[in-house]
This record gives sequence, structure tokens and C-alpha cells, in this order.
Amino acid sequence: MAEERRSARFTAREATELRRETLVEAWPELGLVAAQGPADPEPELVVRDGAVMRLDGKDASELDVIDRFLVAHGLDLEIAAEAMALPDERLARMLVDVDVPRDELVRLGRGLTPAKLARVVGMLDPVEMMLALKKLRARRDPGNQAHVTNLKESPALLAADAAEAARRGFDELETTVGVARYAPLNALALLVGSQTGRPGVMTQCAVEERRNLELAIRGLVTYAETLSVYGTEAVFADGDDTPWSKAFLASAYASRGVKVRFTSGTGSEALMGHAAGLSMLYLEARCVAVVRAAGAQGVQNGSISCVALVLSVPGGTRAILAENVLAAWLDLEVASGNDAIASHSPIRKTAKLMGQFLPGTDFVTSGYSIMPRRDNTFGGGNYDADDIDEWLTIQRDWQVDGGIEPVAEEEALRVRERAARAVQAVFAELGLPAVTDAEVEVATVAHGSREMPDRDRAADVEAADELLARGVSALDVALALDRRGYEDVAEAVVGMLRQRVAADYLQTSAVIEPDGLVRSAVNDPNLYLGPGTGYRLEGERWALLQALPHVVDPRGLGTAPADSEPIVEEGGPAAPGDDASEVVVAVGPSFADGLRETIAGLPHADVLAAVVAGVEEAGASARVVRGRRAADVAFIGHDGARLSGSGVALGLQSKGTAVIHRADLQPLDNLELFGMSPLYTLESYRAMGRNAAGYALGRRVGPVPTELDNFARAKLIVRTTLLHAQEARAAVPGASPVELALVSASLRPPSGRL
Amino acid sequence: MGFDPVTDYPLGTRRPDLVTTPSGRPLDDVTLAAARDGRLHAEDTRATATTLGLQAEVARAAGRAQLADGLDRAAELTGVPDDELLAIYTALRPGRSSAAELEAWAARLDEVGAPRNAAFVREAAAAYAVRGLATDG
Repeated sequence: MAEERRSARFTAREATELRRETLVEAWPELGLVAAQGPADPEPELVVRDGAVMRLDGKDASELDVIDRFLVAHGLDLEIAAEAMALPDERLARMLVDVDVPRDELVRLGRGLTPAKLARVVGMLDPVEMMLALKKLRARRDPGNQAHVTNLKESPALLAADAAEAARRGFDELETTVGVARYAPLNALALLVGSQTGRPGVMTQCAVEERRNLELAIRGLVTYAETLSVYGTEAVFADGDDTPWSKAFLASAYASRGVKVRFTSGTGSEALMGHAAGLSMLYLEARCVAVVRAAGAQGVQNGSISCVALVLSVPGGTRAILAENVLAAWLDLEVASGNDAIASHSPIRKTAKLMGQFLPGTDFVTSGYSIMPRRDNTFGGGNYDADDIDEWLTIQRDWQVDGGIEPVAEEEALRVRERAARAVQAVFAELGLPAVTDAEVEVATVAHGSREMPDRDRAADVEAADELLARGVSALDVALALDRRGYEDVAEAVVGMLRQRVAADYLQTSAVIEPDGLVRSAVNDPNLYLGPGTGYRLEGERWALLQALPHVVDPRGLGTAPADSEPIVEEGGPAAPGDDASEVVVAVGPSFADGLRETIAGLPHADVLAAVVAGVEEAGASARVVRGRRAADVAFIGHDGARLSGSGVALGLQSKGTAVIHRADLQPLDNLELFGMSPLYTLESYRAMGRNAAGYALGRRVGPVPTELDNFARAKLIVRTTLLHAQEARAAVPGASPVELALVSASLRPPSGRL
Repeated sequence: MGFDPVTDYPLGTRRPDLVTTPSGRPLDDVTLAAARDGRLHAEDTRATATTLGLQAEVARAAGRAQLADGLDRAAELTGVPDDELLAIYTALRPGRSSAAELEAWAARLDEVGAPRNAAFVREAAAAYAVRGLATDG
């Protein structure tokens, strides 16, 4: 038996990050099927005398607690008669028809059963789903939410991160706790930090319901999205809830001024072992139907923490986009996942992201990790602090608003320090364990909590308990800020309390502007009806999102400083030579003049000296001329060859591209072309000179070995373009070549005719 | 003083005159200055049942019947103490209560002027009985 052969390419691919993940075939019995499962019921609704007799394959007597809740609160039977009668294809086409307004689809959606919803959305391909999502989003403007946590639960770092996130334009910030008792301190740090960064940013602390309600009552948090729902009765019960208990909790939160968003997502039922053989998308249709029926304004969906499971089955990414579409169709605010790590592979997870990023959702992520992912105690961090420039660049590339704004380093440091100082002041005023100056300083500049000084955690949790026992509220926080000179932050905290009294943010898809204006689906609805309508990234906002701190002015790139000393001196017109051992070195119009170095940063004088030295050490003589009529290296070289006594020339563009040419060749042909200018050293140019001499003297010549850098173009194409543009501008049509002499004696090569 | 649920939203910006705190203070008095002077207290920085009722009207006028129902239930719950609120939530969780216990909570909600929530709890009790989610199911 021969040894097993292995392909080096297959083994290399096995070692990639992507291959750490398991892909599985669909297994519908376990719910491991993305959509259109073989056991998914046929859409069905039979109503007699105003009572539902059959729903999605079940007789009235067989309806489970989810079905019963939907019958009681979720289905508009009057609309159902009309909507359920529409063929699936008709509804699917309406979803992508820009002439069918959102309102009409939302109206029909009130009368559709979960099986019909899943069936219709399942008919769309990914691009159609994106169009549907863009059209169905409840609020006009897309937005984003950030995660703000750290392993040490450092208040100064939480406040600094919250401030930076707010300053970067996130509409909502979510924190949680490693240790439950920390909740009031983390909520406090988030409140102070967020309002320092930008007034109006809403905050939440994901903790157990009783604690959460307590924080809400104190005004320390303004929203909650921890209310999970599931698509089968068994998993719902395992989650220790029913649709009625969750709906009651939602109203309880709202009664205390909390904006409520539910959480659901494909894959949770399969993960919890009770998918009942149904597809992920069908079960999610049941979830979002429950969410709307429960009176929630919105949902966090898009698989959320189960994303990697959904991505293991065929069509998983598509099913996740489909569930976002379903939620939007049911008129819910959508925080569309992209928070938990979807894949080890940056390519794969970003491909998945585009489904939400390009159409835009109310919150493109349900938690962008503003800090490094190792500090993300949600176990999230699909995109994190180190990815922000990438996110900003992708926004700029697509001209799409993903809800994150560029902030200059100096401004980020300013706002971080101020927030850390503000929380230090509040801790001092409220008698909490001191936040030291060292903590403030490190929190301002740190990459993550590893750098933060350790705190006495026992003292912190004791103080947290005591804070609650004392009944400290957001109003006390405002007064503490005010006493310590943070009047604007105090005003912003009171502003959030004012919002709580007015309760406008309880409406669908509400976010708060810095001036206190609430924007929601009520007063800022998405009215997208095709090109030219709806939200478009343009004007001031587009100007803001394209001005990344590291963007440079192309006018300042590549030109020589105005006060540069001259390197060469132009002589008279260059005449044809008669020396058969001569190599003409022909340089471009800007060489050693308007431009002074190659793209690799080699000074032109040195390059010229190296080429001449190479020519001469190979036994030929060099004559330097400037081609003035063209910037193209082929013509520079060919014009030089026609002047050369040997018929051979070395053409040199200012950016460093070179060619060895011969007079009898066509201009675009050549003996050797050196196009990898970023990689060349002076030794490379010397070797080019030697080869040119070899051709001139009629020797056998082996080409100069060249290296390849496939990234050189991506890295340098902008500078290449600018350098070439400058050379092209310096060219004078019809101008004949002139002789050149080096000015600086110190740069004169060891011997030669210069 | 009339209220148009379509044009008067957001209340905080467009109709602050319709919004008061639980003690009857106008929305425009919810300021840092008032807090400094001791005229504003934490327990007074909450939405009233009336305000939540207006928000329910806004939601209903925008075509969001279920959100409106939820806000109406929330309006009723403003008067229910925190502990009781959490106790009712716990009672509604699966396998926690008998039909009689849920009925007792419904009666309690009726008593505190929360008939919508009372009906909601009774509706749950009926569904739980059929689905075996009550302790006596």
C-alpha cells in the first residue's frame, strides 16, 4: 500500500483559522436546518365565527402556549383574511418592490401566521433580503450600539470607554457585570461616561431582572434588552418564562421608564435541545411574532449568541439576515446581532456582517466592543476597539452609515480623561472607594484593563450594596457632578431623567439626540421608496464619515520641498551620440527636479550615481539626459535609446520605475522592465546599469533578478498615481531631450562623464 | 390642551404642557436648578400613568396596537409597588402558580386599578391550565 499522498495546499488550508470551526450537514430532526425544514408546517389559518380553528398545521386544541399567545395578541384576524389569501410569491415580490410602501407591508404582516412569514421571507435571495431590510427598517436613520465592559470592572475605564463610545456616535451603550453585586457601580460609571461623551446616549446594564428593575427605578439605566423569547414551548419553559410572563415583565419595565427590547435568534432552540424538528427560521418567525404580540417596541435578533451554530449549517448566514427582515416586517426595532463572535475568519464574519451593514438596521450591531475583545465580558467582541479603523474605512468605501464616527486621537483622549475624572468626582462625592489619579491617567490612555491599577474589589462590592441601600439615584449623581464642577454632565443626566418623565423613548426605534429631541419610528419613519428616497449618506454626515483622522491631503504627497537645493543642471539639447559603447541614462521630466526621490525613498542623486557606476563598472560609458516630452517610462527609455551611440538606454521615471530599451524596438517593447520600484535598492539600480552596459557591448546578459511584492500596489498605488501625475504635468509635448549634469560634487560617481 | 397623537409627538419637545411628574410638577421643572434647590426629588422623575396613556395613544395612532396595549398595561402598573410587580412576574413564570394563585393576583390587580393586567393574568391562567404550565395543571 502506497503512502497516503497529501496536497500541500490542502494541508495549508487545514491550518487556517477558518478550519477551527465545524461545518455540518443539515440534520432537521435536531433543528440543525436553517430554513424550509421538511417538518415546517404549511401556512394555515382557519377562522370560524371570529375564532381560530386551525393555525399552521395545528387544530385549535393542539395549540401550544406560544400559539395561544399569538392568537390572543398577535394576529389581526380582519387583516388575516386578506393577507393569508395572497400567494407567497406575490408577498415576496411586494417585499422587494420599491413601489409598495412599508406601511402596506407592515399592515399585511399583522395578519400573517409564522409559517407564512417564514415561507415568504425564505423565498428571497440575499440581495433581495437586503433590499427588503432597507425598506422595512422602522426608523429612517441606521444606528449602532456599543458594549462597554472590562475584566476588572474598573469604573474609570468603564466611564472612559463609555465616553469614547458616546463621542463616536453610538446611540446605546450596554454593560454587564462579572460579579452581580457590581451592577450599580457599573451602571453609574456608564451613565456618567455616556453623558460626558454625548448627552442623550441611552444605557443599560444586563443583569438579573430584579436588579435591573432596581437600577431602572433609580434612573441609572434607561433601556433593557435581556428579555429572551424562544420558538418552542419546551425551550420557553426551560428559559423559565412564558409569553405572558415576558410580556408582563416588559410592561413592568415600561412602567418604570425603561425602553424594552426583547432578544431572540435562530439556533437557540436547537442549542437548548428542543427544536422539535423545525427549521431555525420558522422558529424565529414564531419568536418575533411573540415579541410584537407582547407589546415590545423591538427585538435584538440575528442569532445573537448562537451565531456560530447557525453558521455551521448550509444557508446559515442567509437565515440570519432573513430573521432580521422578519422582525422589521413586523414593525419592530431591530438590533441586528453582529456582537457575538461569528467566526474565527475575518473574511467570513465580515461577509456575514454585510447583510446588515449595507441595508442598515436600527442598530447594526447589538454591541460593538468599544474595548479590546479580551475585556468584553459578554463573550462578544465580534468587532472591537482594534477594528474601528477597519469599520470606518468600510463605511467610507461603501458610502454607508454603519453608525460609528471617526474621532481624532487627541479628542478621544480628552473625552476619556474628562469622563474618568467625572466618575472620580462622583465616587468621591458619594463616599465610594476612591478612584485614584493613577486610575484616571491609565484609563485615559490604556488599551485595556490589564494596564489598570488593581482596586480593592471587596470594598467596591460592599460600597455597591450600600449605594443601593442608601437609595442613591441618578439625581444624586447629577448633584454630585454639579458640586464638582461638571455642570454640563449634570445637566445631561437630568436631561435623561426628563426623558424618563416624558417617556417618548418608549416608542419604536427611539434614540435621543444631544439636544434632547427623541427620534423614533413615529416622528422619523423610514419612508424608503427606491432611489432618491429614505436615508442616504450625504451632505455633512458623509463629509464627517469620510474624514478619517489618518486620511491625508494628496496635494502634500511626493513633491519636493520648495527650498530644495538643485541636484542637476540642464545643459543644451541632447544630440545623438556616436560612441558605440555609450549607454544613455534618460530620466523623466521631474527627476531630480520637482521630485527628489523614488517611491522607495531613494534620493534621485544616489540612484543616478548608482546607475552610472553600474554602467561604468561593466565597461561602458554613461551619458545622462532628461526626456522632457513624456512621463511614460517606455518613451523616456526609447527616446534615450534613439540618442544613444550604442542604441541602448536606461530610462528612469522619477518614482523609480526603470526600463532598458533599444532604439530598434517598438516604444512599448523593451529589453528589461523594472516595474517594482518600491522594492529597489541602490544595488538594484547599479545592477540595471551593468545590464544596460552589457546590452550596449553586445554581451550575453542575464536579467536582473527581481522580487515580487503583491501588496506593493495596494500600499503604494496612491503615491504612484500622485508621483506619476506630477511627472506628467512636468512633461512638455514635443520638447526634445536635454543634457544633464550633476551639480553636487560630493554626489559625483567615482568616474565618468558627468 | 387638546392632544393629537400624530402631531404632538415627541411630548417632551412638542407638548411639555401635557406632561407632569407624579407629584404634579410640570415637565419644564425637571431641571438641574430645581434639583439644586431641593425642589425636585428622585421619586418624582418618573412617567405618570397619564403620560404612559398618552404614549399608548401615540403608538395606537401609528398603527402599533400591541405596543399601545403594552403601554396601557404599563400605565396601570405605575401604581403597583416594585415588590408586588416582581412577585406577579414570578407567579406568571412556568410551573410557579396554581390557577387559584393566579386568580388571586388578578383580583389584586383589579383592586389596585389595573383591570387590563388583571385580564392579562387571567388569560395566562387559562392558557397555563391547558398547557400544563400551572402547578395544578
